[in-house]
Amino acid sequence: MNPSLIGGVLDPRGPVAANEYQILQNATLVMLALIVPIIVLTLVFAWWFRAGNERATRKPDWDYSGPLEVVNWMVPLMIILFLGGMGRVASHALDPAKPLPSDAPPLDIQVVSLDWKWLFIYPDAGVAAVNHLVVPAGRPLRLRLTSGTVMNSFFVPQLGSQIYTMAGMTTTLHLQADRPGVFPGRSFQFSGDGFSDMRFNVDAVTASDYDAWLARTRAAAVGLDAAGYAALARPGTSAPRDYRLAEPHLFRTILAASTAPAPAPASHPTH
Amino acid sequence: MFGKLSWSAIPTDQPIPLVAAGIVALGMLGVAGWITRRGWWTLLWTDWITSVDHKKIGVMYVLLGLVMLVRGFIDALMMRTQQAMAAAGAEGFLPPEHFNQIFSAHGTIMIFFVGMTFMVGLMNFVVPLQIGARDMAFPTLNSVSFWLTAAGVLLLNLSLVIGEFARTGWLVYPPLSELAYSPDVGVDYYLWAIQIAGVGTLLSGINLTATILKMRTVGMGYMRMPIFCWTALTANLLIIAAFPILTATLAMLTLDRYLDFHFFTNDLGGNAMMYVNLIWAWGHPEVYILILPAFGIFSEVISTFAGKPIFGYRSMAAAALAICMLSFMVWLHHFFTMGASADVNAFFGVMTMIIAVPTGVKVFNWLWTLYGGTVRFSVPLMWSLGFMVTFIIGGMTGVLLAIPPVDFITHNSLFLVAHFHNVIIGGVIFGAYAGYNYWFPKAFGFTLDERWGRATFWCWLVGFYLAFMPLYLLGLMGATRRMQHYDDPLWQPLMVVALGGAVLICIGIGCTIVQLVVSIRARARRRDPSGDPWNGRSLEWATPSPPPAFNFATPVQVEGRDTFWTAKQAGLPAPGLPEMPAPSPVAVPVRSGTGFCIAFFATGLGFGMVWHIWWMAIAGLLGIVGVALRLAWRTVDDTELGADAVAAAYLARDREVA
Repeated sequence: MNPSLIGGVLDPRGPVAANEYQILQNATLVMLALIVPIIVLTLVFAWWFRAGNERATRKPDWDYSGPLEVVNWMVPLMIILFLGGMGRVASHALDPAKPLPSDAPPLDIQVVSLDWKWLFIYPDAGVAAVNHLVVPAGRPLRLRLTSGTVMNSFFVPQLGSQIYTMAGMTTTLHLQADRPGVFPGRSFQFSGDGFSDMRFNVDAVTASDYDAWLARTRAAAVGLDAAGYAALARPGTSAPRDYRLAEPHLFRTILAASTAPAPAPASHPTH
Repeated sequence: MFGKLSWSAIPTDQPIPLVAAGIVALGMLGVAGWITRRGWWTLLWTDWITSVDHKKIGVMYVLLGLVMLVRGFIDALMMRTQQAMAAAGAEGFLPPEHFNQIFSAHGTIMIFFVGMTFMVGLMNFVVPLQIGARDMAFPTLNSVSFWLTAAGVLLLNLSLVIGEFARTGWLVYPPLSELAYSPDVGVDYYLWAIQIAGVGTLLSGINLTATILKMRTVGMGYMRMPIFCWTALTANLLIIAAFPILTATLAMLTLDRYLDFHFFTNDLGGNAMMYVNLIWAWGHPEVYILILPAFGIFSEVISTFAGKPIFGYRSMAAAALAICMLSFMVWLHHFFTMGASADVNAFFGVMTMIIAVPTGVKVFNWLWTLYGGTVRFSVPLMWSLGFMVTFIIGGMTGVLLAIPPVDFITHNSLFLVAHFHNVIIGGVIFGAYAGYNYWFPKAFGFTLDERWGRATFWCWLVGFYLAFMPLYLLGLMGATRRMQHYDDPLWQPLMVVALGGAVLICIGIGCTIVQLVVSIRARARRRDPSGDPWNGRSLEWATPSPPPAFNFATPVQVEGRDTFWTAKQAGLPAPGLPEMPAPSPVAVPVRSGTGFCIAFFATGLGFGMVWHIWWMAIAGLLGIVGVALRLAWRTVDDTELGADAVAAAYLARDREVA
């Protein structure tokens, strides 16, 4: 089948996803070279040495061979040395916190998982969106992620590298969409009854379309302030929606809500 | 009076659990009626419930595992049906709050009450026989272990009709499992069921380790033990090291939920990732606790049915020990996506891959054991071959998942689900079936039907590939686990194929039951008077089937590996059988109701804690202490079987052989 029809990891649309898929393929091939012969040998040995086969040479007491023991240990060791080295290099090359090489400056986006929806905040542009991530194609994205509720995992299979969102903590993820397109994303960490609907689409658009979307959203959309966020944070699913950001430090506030030492008593007057 | 418990706890609006509970209740009534008609209640109490004989306890463990396999599998079938239906806007037949309980219960049951009970049961039955011991190091404690496991099973199943089970996944990750997000009793059921069963497992681990270290017969040096004893030793060392972590971790979550602690909460300095670290510090060794005994079973089976000693014995033992140690250094690979630094991820990735080296050595050695053998395609060997082929595919995807950047795109996807079912079914379940078919004649004195055994095998093997190969692909297509519904219509055909695989496995489980029934009905014809139906190599085959309570009439003298085989080759009498003249008296441990009574009170403790019925919890705790103290003041531990009784155990057998 055509990979673009199948989607997911098999149809990478950004540098991170492409590299990760490449490693997946390489490692699979290296290991197939070992396990296919083992599977064949297992079946061949078992069949050839079946009790009824008179042509088979029996060695009923053969239970040790020094050279063979060396092979037993060295073959898996060599393959694992190779794959381990590859894994180590790849871990550094594809560290989610590492910026992507690019001439364009990264676009900062703050991501908050809620029950059961995704909130995307564009701090520099002063807009926000729910279950709908609009990004300029070709420009690296610098995502900072946290959770306003339980743990979730942010993942857009066609762009690569998922990462957890955890309350009171931030994670950093660099991604990039090479060309315009629509890429489905969703939570990959079970988070409760509405988990199945925690989906969103990434709209990768051209730079001019992106600017137009920003302008449109800033002009027309509803403002998102602390009260609006509180309403959004209540459990429930949501259709995609765009907002003007009325509370510029919203992300910091969400983060602080989990790290605060203790909530002020309700009766205590605040000035 | 009854805490949070009220009539509303019974889900009268949900037909599925009520019907299921009705069937279970009818089944139990039927069994009770049957026992009453036969007048077996006394026999059941004296010969099974209060028995401290390791063989009977082993049999009860395996029976419990089989029953729970059916329960856990029904959950699986419902999940696969739901996912085959609920595509592109369809909601399926299970609402999220029910579906979420089902996958949580499926994982919990399959790991704790199928995999663990099956493996602990087989180790219980086999290990003392293989090392020439008369029983476990602590026979009464062994009974306590089993009954605590049964108490955990009971609590978990009560949640089906009284209240609900956890809706959080089988490892109840906080903060989702904290009171703020899971205020119902589901997580509490999980916590108390696993805590109680976990104590049983820990005691069992101590018992088996002590047995292997201290109860080996004369001349049975470590390097003369059958490989199954080695893998059992490593698995039980892991239990001793890992289960306290589970107990402590769940205790912290319990404190969060009951006493407003904040170990893992979102607020007040709690850190959920601490829980995730701790639970996998237990959870990763746990999967090796399951698979190591299975490796041992395959070693015994392949060696026996190839008619050869195991190839590379020392490598096999060393590999088991290496896996045992390495399994404690890899837990972080369960959450590479936490955002740890590249160095941390790389370290745990490489450590994980290194486990593939000793595992690969084992595969090679099984291969060389087959080479030059005289291979008999009996049912246990077919399971072993199915394992060798299937397990290395799961091993390959495991190494893939160990490469952090690959994990970033496959973590928590159906690819991951396919991977661990690939190793758990292809390894642990196949191993359990191999061991069950292999040692059944030893336990009951007659062999299991081969034809139904083969049918079971083929249904499971083909069913496994049909059910899980589509899941690998679905994972790569971007499907995550635990979805109650999804919108991509392209996924549905693969989900339907997976359901077909599950149905085939269902037929396989049906064949297992038919095999048992058919074999029992034909037991007179299937009788194995020799005690050695497979031309075995290790000491358990030297005893009559079923073995007498004391296993061996005379202490066994071991001169090398595969003692029984060597004796047979030399034309010597089987070791451990009474020699002429008449045998001497043998001391056997007295039966004890301690285990059953402790489990009774532990169930009360758990149920009381779940529903905040404090008097019941306190009574349960005091009951446990009371029963334990009563045992502590016991003065007679052993009862002597006279020489006549010892001789009688062999007379019937000798008559049949002659």
